[in-house]
Amino acid sequence: MSTLRLLVFVAGWALVAGATAGTEPDGATIARQGNGHGVAPCAACHNADGSGQPAAGFPRLAGLPATYLLKQLDDFASGARRNATMQPVASGLSPAERAIMAGYYSKLPVPTPTSPAPSMDAAQQALAQTLATRGRWSKGLPACQQCHGPGGVGVGDHFPPLAGQSAVYIANQLHDWQNGTRHNDPLQLMQAVAGKLDAADIEAISAWYASRPVAGKGAGRP
Amino acid sequence: MRQVLRLSALAGAVMLLAACGRGDKMSTAAAPAGSTSVAHAASAKPDAKPAAAMAGFVPPPESAIPDTPFGREVALGRKIFIDPGTYASAYVGNRLSCENCHIDAGRLAYAAPMWGAYPAYPAYRSKNRHVNTFAERVQGCFRFSMNGKAPPLGDPVLVALESYAYWMSQGAPVGASLPGRGYPRLARPAKAPDYARGEQVFKSHCALCHGADGQGQQVAGRTVFPPLWGPQSFNWGAGMHQVNNAAGFIKANMPLGRGDTLSDQDAWDVAYFMDAHERPQDPRYAGSIPATRAKYHDSPQSLYGTVVNGKLLGQGTPPAASTH
Repeated sequence: MSTLRLLVFVAGWALVAGATAGTEPDGATIARQGNGHGVAPCAACHNADGSGQPAAGFPRLAGLPATYLLKQLDDFASGARRNATMQPVASGLSPAERAIMAGYYSKLPVPTPTSPAPSMDAAQQALAQTLATRGRWSKGLPACQQCHGPGGVGVGDHFPPLAGQSAVYIANQLHDWQNGTRHNDPLQLMQAVAGKLDAADIEAISAWYASRPVAGKGAGRP
Repeated sequence: MRQVLRLSALAGAVMLLAACGRGDKMSTAAAPAGSTSVAHAASAKPDAKPAAAMAGFVPPPESAIPDTPFGREVALGRKIFIDPGTYASAYVGNRLSCENCHIDAGRLAYAAPMWGAYPAYPAYRSKNRHVNTFAERVQGCFRFSMNGKAPPLGDPVLVALESYAYWMSQGAPVGASLPGRGYPRLARPAKAPDYARGEQVFKSHCALCHGADGQGQQVAGRTVFPPLWGPQSFNWGAGMHQVNNAAGFIKANMPLGRGDTLSDQDAWDVAYFMDAHERPQDPRYAGSIPATRAKYHDSPQSLYGTVVNGKLLGQGTPPAASTH
């Protein structure tokens, strides 16, 4: 008798829990199927595991800070960040859905990149390593790692990881900051940085960070 | 007569608290100890040069460090400079590195470069009232800015750092004050620096990196953005605790990569805000806060021993649990 009562109780709970979950949008479902109101599945471009499509310039989202992801979605929705693909997507998501998707992708494990990063010659490697770890202070350019952390693992809420990110994506962003197409960076930090890079710098540093190991996940506080 | 004595004592105190790497003298307006606002130093010759102006001296590139016994010492000095918590851990008591205040591994003009400091020593410093060698000057950095212990003279850490600074200064004239040395001296601000205005500047321009609580950010045990106050920051004896020094550094160098974008007033206000927070006790503590202020902080640029926002500053912070 008591076993039966327990079973009934558990079954009832499962129903309630299931029904409750069904009424709220679920990150995994939106990623896989879209939101049911016209927004395409995120996975179509960003892949089921959130690894993106590096060669096409669709960035990895898995393991990026939720705060950063949400800001990008909100900025796409408001037009503060422009992108022909992402603006309709972000505006098609409700503010609650944007927050859910940011949280969802931030919690996905960081996948190991499967496609190789672009190849680099020795001169490009040396150039990239200098930019990443030393900067070019004669031109007022800080090292990338001074904000994005050692190895480009990312720092806190506002400085996303670069390690293992799509080289095409990184290069596109740097060019966009350089020419003013993208300008949603806090304190104009990236616009200032990108303005001090040339095309060869951008090619080298993008390939460099794409090839960095992604083992460490960005962490914030001491 | 008494006034004159008092004024000269004040001037001495200010010189004695000169920032890391600079010994510039300035006259000050007298302000009573314990005052809540800083009456700003009427600096005799405010630095008219914008920090962005190219300094005349260019140190040799890192790639020019020779592969010789001396060169290896230089390279070790550089490693210590950018990561003292690892390479000089016995002497470091916080989460800062030399590079936090001496940008580009001590090479950047207007960020107290080593090529500006090295050729300026030996020099008399009012801070300790005798002629200091460069090595003794660096000892002070460890004791105050790094809130640690001074390496003994001749210690390998000091030898390596001195080698690095000497190597970097090749060709710099000895005893000349090169443009770009130290931090720029800002003209006295139109409005006396203010905590509330400084807090607004901090929130809009600094908290992104240094955190809303000013404690910086670390990744995997490495400091990326340094703590600006609290137990892991520089102590009350460091040059950066003086509002004028901090204002000059901030104006020229912050936010990182966007130096010279804050107004002078914003730089003064946010420097005041930063320096109006508690930090580790001055290691020269003289038994009481008023006595310590009288002996080492009797300057309008030091908020030690003053009351700001109803809090008496100079109480120190509890010892840090861990540094790195």
